[in-house]
Amino acid sequence: MESIRKKAKELLEKNAVQVIIGYGEGLDKSVSAIFVRKPENAETLIFDDRCVHNLAVYLLKNEIKALGKPCIIAHLAALRTILQLASEHQITEDDVLVLGVTHKGELMEFAGFKDIEKYIASANIDISENEKEIINKLEAMTREERWQFWVEHLSLKCIKCYACRAACPLCYCSRCQVEYNQPQWITVEATPVGIIEWHITRAMHIAGRCVSCGECYRACPMNIPINLLNYLTVLTIKEKFNVSAGTSADLDSVMSSFKSDDKENFIKQS
Amino acid sequence: MPDFQPKIVAFVCTWCTYAGADLAGTSRIKYEPNVKIIRFPCTGRIDFMFLLKSFAYGADGVIVSGCHPNDCHYTSGNFHARRRWIVFRELVDLLGMDINRLCFSWVSAAEGAQWAEIVNSFTEQVRTLGPYKEYRELAEKDKK
Repeated sequence: MESIRKKAKELLEKNAVQVIIGYGEGLDKSVSAIFVRKPENAETLIFDDRCVHNLAVYLLKNEIKALGKPCIIAHLAALRTILQLASEHQITEDDVLVLGVTHKGELMEFAGFKDIEKYIASANIDISENEKEIINKLEAMTREERWQFWVEHLSLKCIKCYACRAACPLCYCSRCQVEYNQPQWITVEATPVGIIEWHITRAMHIAGRCVSCGECYRACPMNIPINLLNYLTVLTIKEKFNVSAGTSADLDSVMSSFKSDDKENFIKQS
Repeated sequence: MPDFQPKIVAFVCTWCTYAGADLAGTSRIKYEPNVKIIRFPCTGRIDFMFLLKSFAYGADGVIVSGCHPNDCHYTSGNFHARRRWIVFRELVDLLGMDINRLCFSWVSAAEGAQWAEIVNSFTEQVRTLGPYKEYRELAEKDKK
C-alpha cells in the first residue's frame, strides 16, 4: 500500500502522468475507484483484499481520457483487460502507464506490454474452481431444469439496468446494439425473452474477449450470476480453439478469425 | 402428436444451399413442406439473433445451411459462421434452450437430394419434439 502511494506521488510530481486510477475508501467500508490528480492526494490510495474491481474499464471513458495520461493500478484481471484492449487497438503503450499489483499488494512495474505478457504467462488465469463447479452443476441438470433455473434467476429477475454493460471494460462500443431501434433487436423494457436475448447478445459479443474478471456479476444489483454465461464462452473457446483472451497484445480476435480445421461435431453433411 | 406440423425456418446461403434447394425443386424431389427458406448472401451473414427471433415468433425448429468448408463464395464466411455456431450452441445449451431444434448443415449447389433428406429428417425430429411452447409462451409475455 505504501509503495503504491509513494510511486503515485512520485509520478504525479514528475508530471509523468496526469491522473492515477486507483482504489480508495468509499462509503460504509466499501471500496471505490478514485482518480488522483494531485501529489498530496496520493495518500488516499489504498490496496487490500476488497480491491477486486477491474479499473481498466475507466481507460476508455471519455471523461477520464480528458484528464490526460493515466496511470492505472491493475491487478491480474485488469492487466489482461489492458492487453485485450491493446489487441483490439483501443489503447497503445504510450496511452497508459501500467502499475501492476499482486494480490498481496506488491507493486510491479512493466517496461511495456511484452513485459505484462510474460507476467500473465506465468500467472494462473483459469476460471475459479467455484464458478467451474456451478457451471458443471448446471450442465449436469436436465435441459428443462436449466431452463427453469434461468427463467427464474435471469428472465424474471433482470431489470435491464445495463450495469453489466457499464461495468464491463470490454463493452466499450459507443453505440450498443440495444440502442439501435431500426430494427429494434432487443426490447427496451425488461421483458422475459428480451432479457434472455440481451444476455445472449452480450455473451456472444464478449465471446473470445472476456477475461473473466467477474465485474458484470459484481455490478449486478439483482445478483444474477450472468458471469457464468461469459465464463462458459471462455471455457468453450479455450477448449475448442485453444485461445485465452488477454494473454497477448497482438492476439487475433477469436470470433472474427478462424482455422480451417476448427472441430465441431454437429454440422450435418453428406 | 402425430398431426403436429412443425414450423421450420431455414436460413441458407444463396450460393450453395439455396441453389441446392432449387435443384431439389427442378429435380422434382418431394420433401416436407414445413420449411420456410430465407435466402442470405452467406452463412457469415446469419446473425444468432435471427435464430432467437424465429423461435420467439413461432418457429419450432431452425435450419442453418451453407457452403461446405473451403467452398465459400466469399472464401471464409462459412468458417466464421462455424466458429459462431460452436460458441452459440454451447451457450444456449447452458441456458436450457433446446439445441435439438437447431440444425446446422453444409449443402452444396449439387446436393439437391441431400437437402431434401436434411429437411425430411429434421422435420421428423422436430415433429417428435412437439411445438416449442416454453420459449414462445415466454415470448408472448414480451408482446403484452
